[in-house]
Amino acid sequence: MTMFDHGQPTYAEVNRDVLSSMLETGPRYWMLLGTTMTIAGVCFFMPWIYQLIVGVGAAGMNRNALWGTYLSNFIFWIGLSHSGTLLSAVLHITNSQWRKSIYRSAEAMTLFSLMTAALFVMVHVGRLWFVHWSFPIPNPMGLWPNFRSPLMFDVMAITTYLTASSIFIYMGSVPDFAAVRDVSTGIRRRLYTVFSFGWRGTAREWHTLGAAYMFFAVFVIPLAVSVHSIVSWDFALSIVPGLHHTIFAPYFVCGAIYSGTAGIVTVMYMLRKFMNFERYIGEKHLDYLGKLLLVLSMLWTYINILELFTTWYSGTSFEMEALDFRMFGFYAPLYWEMILFCAFVPLLMLFRKIRLSWNKMLVVSILINIGMLTERFIIVATSQPRKFLPDAFGFYFPSWIEFSITFGSFAIFTTLFLIFIKWVPAVSIYEVKETLKPLRRDA
Amino acid sequence: MRSEVDMSNVLDKLREYSKPGYYDEFDYHWTMTIDLDRCTGCEACVVACQAENNLPIVGEERYAEAREIKWIRIERYWEGEFPDVKLNFIPMLCQHCDEAPCETACPVFATYHNQDGLNTQIYNRCIGTRTCAVYCPYEVRYFNWFTYTWDEPLEQQLNPDVSVREKGVMEKCTFCIQRIRMAKDNAKDDGRRRVRDGEVVPACVQSCPTEAMSFGDSNDPDSKVSQVMNSPRGYKVLEELNTVPSVIYLKKVHDDV
Repeated sequence: MTMFDHGQPTYAEVNRDVLSSMLETGPRYWMLLGTTMTIAGVCFFMPWIYQLIVGVGAAGMNRNALWGTYLSNFIFWIGLSHSGTLLSAVLHITNSQWRKSIYRSAEAMTLFSLMTAALFVMVHVGRLWFVHWSFPIPNPMGLWPNFRSPLMFDVMAITTYLTASSIFIYMGSVPDFAAVRDVSTGIRRRLYTVFSFGWRGTAREWHTLGAAYMFFAVFVIPLAVSVHSIVSWDFALSIVPGLHHTIFAPYFVCGAIYSGTAGIVTVMYMLRKFMNFERYIGEKHLDYLGKLLLVLSMLWTYINILELFTTWYSGTSFEMEALDFRMFGFYAPLYWEMILFCAFVPLLMLFRKIRLSWNKMLVVSILINIGMLTERFIIVATSQPRKFLPDAFGFYFPSWIEFSITFGSFAIFTTLFLIFIKWVPAVSIYEVKETLKPLRRDA
Repeated sequence: MRSEVDMSNVLDKLREYSKPGYYDEFDYHWTMTIDLDRCTGCEACVVACQAENNLPIVGEERYAEAREIKWIRIERYWEGEFPDVKLNFIPMLCQHCDEAPCETACPVFATYHNQDGLNTQIYNRCIGTRTCAVYCPYEVRYFNWFTYTWDEPLEQQLNPDVSVREKGVMEKCTFCIQRIRMAKDNAKDDGRRRVRDGEVVPACVQSCPTEAMSFGDSNDPDSKVSQVMNSPRGYKVLEELNTVPSVIYLKKVHDDV
């Protein structure tokens, strides 16, 4: 099976196709960008400013349920970030050719969902204006962050991951920045001269790039695994029934890669549809991603069954009560929806016909991410409002501000992505060329 | 500016601190006992705490949203089926755990354990991640969801020894640390090395009409609290979680048991 659905393009065609997606901007793009920016402003930033003025009480949290959708969305976005860089790095090391046309946008997804996740931390905390105290900044008061705190691990892990992923995506784009420089004029040419570090394409430069890229690919993989393990420890290191499980780290990592891969399928669909990348993102990619999703969904289901088993096996009344509320309490419909979307719907991908259909895969991938979003919500909303003392049992339901901010975060992500595709070639030009067969005379 | 600390003196002090028994001699382990057999559930302690520690009156609407702030609350548990029911009260306040789950949670050290066995909360350092409250199995940490104000002339009754907290800050029972500080200062002024038993009385203990609560230093074997806590009725709430609480409850004895 060839990688290209519509015949192999020539080198010149690759350049033209990818660069035109950057350099030619139609009214549809501006309308879309304007819409997402407006939604981000109205649905995310305005409620947030209101919340900053009155206090976090504007959200639906109360004294029993101190964590809410802000935290569950934070985990969701971190999770969504997980597949891009990780997948790209793993496939680079294993020398898979099919990664080359999709990895750039997958890595961009990592970057932007990490940024959205970081925004949710800001929305979550009570005193945003002091949030820099969680960084180890030397100060005359001798105050220092608490390195025993899982939140502190989070700060460290996420900043490291964000930095490493940014460098990784930037480094891989340098030859493409040079390609943009070569076809553009004026201010853009000068800008991309800086971006491309004066790349000339000598053998020595290619060698250095290859070595550095391989180094970062190896470096990023354990980082990606550690980040979501650490995010899971926010919960698992507490003694709250329903959260205090050793399975949480692998559970979260698996769930993160799962939702991230589904996210990649969604983004691929959009790129293909709206940026005319049909030639570069083909059925082969869809088939492979579908198989990966299938494996991940089974792993996810297995870990879920294990979680139920360990809870039952522990025999503690607190744990059993938490499980009972999760499965049969107020949020039971959400729980079973999650099981349906994340454990059963993906089994459809057993059929090759579905794996090869873009529209069906789009539906499956979106359903998976809806399921993963609710999974995170269930983890937060069903356990910590009901801990040990029955008299202090509480209940959590999000307020309109939380719904609005959750909705707005998707607009922020889309805005960032839309800006990205006009600044960076969304398909790696030089690496797609590497996969082409040697030039034919007649081309 | 150059530091004026005399290093040899600091080393001497460090050597002094590391001698065995130093902490037993100078430090306290503040402990509270609550006799549930005497507790009538009158909530005088709740009111006293509210007055002493500048707790905000959140109002009816906020109360309905479960956002009230009560550093000590009376939990109510019914036992048995109607008409043969028994009502049990248990005052629940910060247990000042020696192995507190909340202390490891805070990324900025806004909550830590001091040498007196107190679990302290530094309001000015808190950034409001609320992790401590999620980790707390007793649910005795309260978050300031809003900045609360006192209508005139109620602001006149605020306790000047206790700070008023702003929005986005976690707060909880301090064992009336301002009273502990005052007693220590008085002891120092009198040339005593230690606070005498009974010199520190938190607001809740002071106001209990049935004297169900007692407070003192459990490092001192002669203190009242040391004697009461060794009662065979003594137990700690959720002891199996290994949080090692500093509040010891004395079990209620039913006639029919």
